[in-house]
Amino acid sequence: MECKRKKEWPESNDSNRPTTFPDEVLERVLSLLKSHKDRSSVSLVCKDWYNAERWSRSHVFIGNCYSVSPEILTRRFPNIRSVTLKGKPRFSDFNLVPPNWGADIHSWLLVFAKKYPLLQELKLKRMTVTDESFEFLSLSFPNFKVLSLLSCDGFSTDGLAAIATNCKNLTELDIQENGIDDKNGNWLSCFPESFTSLEVLNFANLHSDVNFDALERLVSRCKSFKTLKVNKSITLEQLQRLLVHAPQLVELGTGIFSQELTAQQYSELETAFNNCKNIHTLSGLWTATAQFLPVLYRACANLTFLNLSYSTLDGDDLAKLLVHCPNLRRLWVLDTVEDKGLEAVGSYCPLLEELRVFPADPYDQDVVHGVTEAGFIAVSGGCPRLHYVLYFCHQMTNAAVATVVQNCPDFTHFRLCIMNPHQPDYLTDEPMDEAFGAVVKTCTKLQRLAVSGLLTDLTFEYIGKYAKNLETLSVAFAGNSDWGMQCVLEGCPKLRKLEIRDSPFGNAALLSGLEKYESMRSLWMSDCNVTMNGARLLAKEMPRLNVEVIKEEGINNSKADKIYVYRSVAGPRRDAPPFVFTL
Amino acid sequence: MENKVAFENDLNLKDTELRLGLPGREEEEQKALVSCKNNKRPLSEASEDCGTKGSKESAPPAKAKIVGWPPIRSYRKNSLQESDASGIYVKVSMDGAPYLRKIDLKVYNGYSELLKALENMFKLTIGQYNEREGYKGSEFAPTYEDKDGDWMLVGDVPWDMFMTSCKRLRIMKGSEARGLGCGV
Repeated sequence: MECKRKKEWPESNDSNRPTTFPDEVLERVLSLLKSHKDRSSVSLVCKDWYNAERWSRSHVFIGNCYSVSPEILTRRFPNIRSVTLKGKPRFSDFNLVPPNWGADIHSWLLVFAKKYPLLQELKLKRMTVTDESFEFLSLSFPNFKVLSLLSCDGFSTDGLAAIATNCKNLTELDIQENGIDDKNGNWLSCFPESFTSLEVLNFANLHSDVNFDALERLVSRCKSFKTLKVNKSITLEQLQRLLVHAPQLVELGTGIFSQELTAQQYSELETAFNNCKNIHTLSGLWTATAQFLPVLYRACANLTFLNLSYSTLDGDDLAKLLVHCPNLRRLWVLDTVEDKGLEAVGSYCPLLEELRVFPADPYDQDVVHGVTEAGFIAVSGGCPRLHYVLYFCHQMTNAAVATVVQNCPDFTHFRLCIMNPHQPDYLTDEPMDEAFGAVVKTCTKLQRLAVSGLLTDLTFEYIGKYAKNLETLSVAFAGNSDWGMQCVLEGCPKLRKLEIRDSPFGNAALLSGLEKYESMRSLWMSDCNVTMNGARLLAKEMPRLNVEVIKEEGINNSKADKIYVYRSVAGPRRDAPPFVFTL
Repeated sequence: MENKVAFENDLNLKDTELRLGLPGREEEEQKALVSCKNNKRPLSEASEDCGTKGSKESAPPAKAKIVGWPPIRSYRKNSLQESDASGIYVKVSMDGAPYLRKIDLKVYNGYSELLKALENMFKLTIGQYNEREGYKGSEFAPTYEDKDGDWMLVGDVPWDMFMTSCKRLRIMKGSEARGLGCGV
């Protein structure tokens, strides 16, 4: 947004300041702006706009919790109701970051309790949250409504109990996919009988049994329930009862999807699903078998997102199900569906925009099934609108990838994981450079790219030359020399996140990005060729960057095994554990 | 959280990777092995590129795993393993205890959680894992029987490998335990 209005105003004989708009009007107008990018632009126009923007902002997104401090945040934005915070580097999801690294929410909560007592929403990704923090949260914010945690750790189900007990206005509790100490399911029974505001509940990744009666009563008295994702302890029979109470559900995550049922029970289950006319997201479906999937068929008519990544379905069963899902936009599956299943995807889901194929046996070296390049091509042929793919496979060819992007030139997110590191094109034995070359040349809107297979510096030359909209790049076991990384740093103007592991990039590559890192969110390099000296030099040249090396205590060699570089206005971390060296 | 055993860090390092030589070798070679190891293709192509790291040793059979690869989040790994069975239940015996216990390995996200659970279950302290010296300083050493029938020290292999290879657990006590602390 530009301040075009300035040019249209009549020449003012006193100041150049736009005096026409009272602050209140400007704030009111700006309060309608939701996009963070727009708001950032607005705040740069002039001081008045900066102030109006900061007073009118109610939601803040912080992509790296160490880039700013809670004090700085609360000073700038006095009226925040909703905070989204991301903590650890993404590779912590794959155990590359030692435990107790940091990103603890507690120091933020202490400040929020003072400055944002009316806080309503907290969405956290890769943060550490303790049970004490949960308790503090539940007691400090009387208006608290939405709690969403993804890939967080440090807490147990006791923390959830505090939330359930104390948050009287809670509308959303989404605790999917966290490293949670699942002691028991008692937390669910802590919602008081008077509590009726819940709309979203996701506890799909917890193991423990919950008290079903408590859950049933909760669902039946919360009339605005729209998202319910239960865990595996909930049986089909129990699911049926829940659906009867909440046919208005829009997002459903089932429990275990097989059970000994009588004909009557089966029929009741089917009826319950048929009465759910609004379901557009379906997940869970553990141990779903061909026998039970038919109960879903009618409910799938409006389905836009189907998550089968916990079901070991084969291609035939998937095909039978997909026939009933013509409106599917997003599909997550396991590679047990094989190429045959993906052919069905191409045949029955013409509107598909996103496909994720996860490996069922990622560590089994002798695996002969899974998906191949043929399945990839089949999907691309039938789904021209595909723009997001995450594909785990054991074999791929350059030609296949070139065909895929020719069929689907609008990729914004292309994440290909050939599971054997350094694996070449299995037909030609060549590196996979041309595959990713095709991707970046053809897909001009590409924002996110993850590469794999045998790759030389040429891949990175291509990326630097063509991927002008690239924001996130993930590299593993790739490249030949510093030159590759240099190409990316010099060539990708919109690069924000670069994460590299086990690749031969060293100090020269690291230092070639000196000018670049302040415009990026972060850089991660692990098991590359960076040394402590290189890291120190970077830190010295760029004082506004935090340059952190993760090093096991007692190992005194010159290597910087894991280096994490990020811009920050908050200065170096004050809570770094002993194995994190801030240079 | 401060009580988390320090070996968690070790487990995530290449130190725990299978390798041909003795512990304490050149890190360069370890790194090369890590990146060369998992190829099903003939090693000649792979070695060319791994050559930049200075090692042309042929890797052991492709059974060793690389930390954090393929890049799948732990909650998903755990869930996948559960999709075919309802749990990995193993018996746990402790020297001197009158009866055995049973635990579900899938419930734990890693070694520290498992050891904490064992400490709670048997009311003892197992202490910190160390790659060279085992559970030094503790009267107890957690061991397990693997698929090959061998008794191994808990903590030596990556967690995922442990979960799939552990058949039963035994908490050794006293002199036997200290014997294991002498470096494997």
